[in-house]
Amino acid sequence: MSRTYLPVLLLMGFVVFNAILMIGLSHLTMRSRPTPVKQSAYESGIPALGEARERFSVKFYMVAMLFIIFDIETVFLIPWGAYFRNLSCAVPLTNGLCPSGQVSMFGLVEMLVFMAILIVGLVYVWKKGALQWD
Amino acid sequence: MGLFYTFHFYLFGVIAIISAVAFVTRRSPVAAALWLVNTMFCLAALYVMMDAQFIGAIQVLVYAGAIMVVFLFVVMLLNLGHASDVTDIVGGKTKLAAGLVGLLLLAEVFVLWKDDGAPAPVPAQQELEPGVIDQVAAPLFREYLLAFEITSVLLLAAIVGAVVLAKRRVT
Amino acid sequence: MTWSLVLGLLQVADPQAPPVSTSVFVIATVIKMIIVFTVLMVGVALLTLAERKISAWIQDRHGPNRVGWHGLLQPAADGVKNIMKEETYPDAAYKPLFIMAPALAFIPAMLTFAVIPFASPLPTSKGLIEMVVAPLPIGFLYILAIASLGVYGIVLAGWSSNNKYSLLGGLRSSAQMVSYEISMGLSTVAVLLVAGNVALNDIIWQQATTVWNFFGLTVAFIIFLIAAFAETNRLPFDLPEAESELIAGYHMEYSAMKFSLFFIAEYSNMVTASALLVTLFFGGWDIPFTLWDNLAPWSIGKTLLTGLFFAVKVLFFLFFYMWIRWTLPRFRYDQLMSLGWRVLLPVALVYIVIIAGTLLILDLLGIRPGALYGLILGILNLVLAGVLFLILDSGRIISPASGRVEADQLRRLRAMRSRSPLAAPGGD
Repeated sequence: MSRTYLPVLLLMGFVVFNAILMIGLSHLTMRSRPTPVKQSAYESGIPALGEARERFSVKFYMVAMLFIIFDIETVFLIPWGAYFRNLSCAVPLTNGLCPSGQVSMFGLVEMLVFMAILIVGLVYVWKKGALQWD
Repeated sequence: MGLFYTFHFYLFGVIAIISAVAFVTRRSPVAAALWLVNTMFCLAALYVMMDAQFIGAIQVLVYAGAIMVVFLFVVMLLNLGHASDVTDIVGGKTKLAAGLVGLLLLAEVFVLWKDDGAPAPVPAQQELEPGVIDQVAAPLFREYLLAFEITSVLLLAAIVGAVVLAKRRVT
Repeated sequence: MTWSLVLGLLQVADPQAPPVSTSVFVIATVIKMIIVFTVLMVGVALLTLAERKISAWIQDRHGPNRVGWHGLLQPAADGVKNIMKEETYPDAAYKPLFIMAPALAFIPAMLTFAVIPFASPLPTSKGLIEMVVAPLPIGFLYILAIASLGVYGIVLAGWSSNNKYSLLGGLRSSAQMVSYEISMGLSTVAVLLVAGNVALNDIIWQQATTVWNFFGLTVAFIIFLIAAFAETNRLPFDLPEAESELIAGYHMEYSAMKFSLFFIAEYSNMVTASALLVTLFFGGWDIPFTLWDNLAPWSIGKTLLTGLFFAVKVLFFLFFYMWIRWTLPRFRYDQLMSLGWRVLLPVALVYIVIIAGTLLILDLLGIRPGALYGLILGILNLVLAGVLFLILDSGRIISPASGRVEADQLRRLRAMRSRSPLAAPGGD
């Protein structure tokens, strides 16, 4: 274990260092000449109207919620996909393959039940028009 | 466990705790959310160190990459901005409850500190097999089959809840 | 060849067979890290030039040709300019996050490439060095996890700028990225079904011994390709920075190096997405039609040759990105969401079930992974892709916001339009 993730740690440090370096370097080399107009929010050249932090459509929130739910479904599907060969075999695999005649429907049926319940959810969301962006 | 393990355990542990404290104390909700992301990230690193690599990846993917995004969305949706007028502890009863929960936590820490019995089983320093997923998949899809299937019902309830809440405001 | 022979050889091909000592491992890692980082950064610089040259070529222009030979020094000039330029900080911006956001976009973009194997292992006197920065057993799960963090840079840039266009761009972008992340994850489940593991080297090995997933899992490839375009915010999915609506979207208030960081992030995301496409569906560094390159004994020549093949494949997809940019118009936002949630998501779910069922049937018939196995999967996918595109082309799925327009309704609309004074002469 100890060294498997060491490269990731090293790379993370290296990349963070580079990001800070680039932002810092450009901060040091620039000539700052601020003017009130330059510092104002850009709205196609006309003076900015009102606040930018308006409340926005609930649809974005909706998408984010649905994203979590289907992301979790994906998270369940990934190990299932990787382990499918073992699940669809009635006996332990030999050399990574199922001995002939030992095929089992267990893995597929198991996931079909899981998916069916979630597809009911998808259909519900669809019918409710939450996926319709108008 | 070796210096390497101990050093990184404390490194990520300390960062996680500092981030968690910052998360609670920041006035700006967006900054607080980012500190929480950092905590999640450190937790993922700790999972990986315990050889739970799949859980570590999922921790980042689901918690840091999905749930916290929704937190940020909600912060923006409610237009909290970087305003500091957000206070959640109001009224005597809430303060009392917060204090009690705090005491409970302190007691928990005290018990953990004093309970110096058998140390928790630490993962053996074994060479990794290529299929790290199998360690999770085998029990999940065989022994805990029922729990796995019921999860889908839970997710279905979450879908319905999200739609009902969001749609009520639209119409 | 028979499957058992392949399995026997797999023991030899096991990349972890002769472990190198930790000090060699660390030194090799640092060298690989610096090389990959440099190649990515220089590659990104050259890609900006390539993008401009290719767009010029497609539009029958010259493109940048003043700085250096055929404009080859243009990226260097741009880089120097971006470092020296003045940075503006809008008064309304929330400064800490405004400064942090470009770094938050840049860091995940640079981290994701780490797990992609780019050549066959290199033998040295100190042992076998794998040609991948971080040979993680969780493989592409790492990419999914780190890539999901890329949202923060964009959404925080949009929010902290305190500008209407930026905020809208950031929100659109994050909603788009999260929507297509699901399709991306689901399309890779099919790859896992046939590969049986998440480690990228195992996925490459499985493709080398049977058939490239592009042929075996064409529909998954199409879904992944679309999702990859959306994830990298490239045309036809560049709504976060749709110029005609949002000017520049989430990075509108940014200037100088911070602006460049967003660009570096976008282009390196493109490189990673292309590399991932190649690894998952085009055999990675595998040289087609031969197993010679996938088996020991390893040699420097083999490493260079496989690296070259990998580079060519990745460059093709990078070209493809730019080609698409000047071929397809931008989606409308409702079409984008519709495509992600109402087309790709159900199609990916159904496809997973079909592939799982097919694998079961193949197992039942006793057909082992090999040429016939690949052929059957290929034919199945050809049929499925045909069905999918016949449905896609019928204009039902990607519909206008108003729903499907009937023929007589369309005629009425046209009649209305020709009476309007703003109507274009000659009708449509």
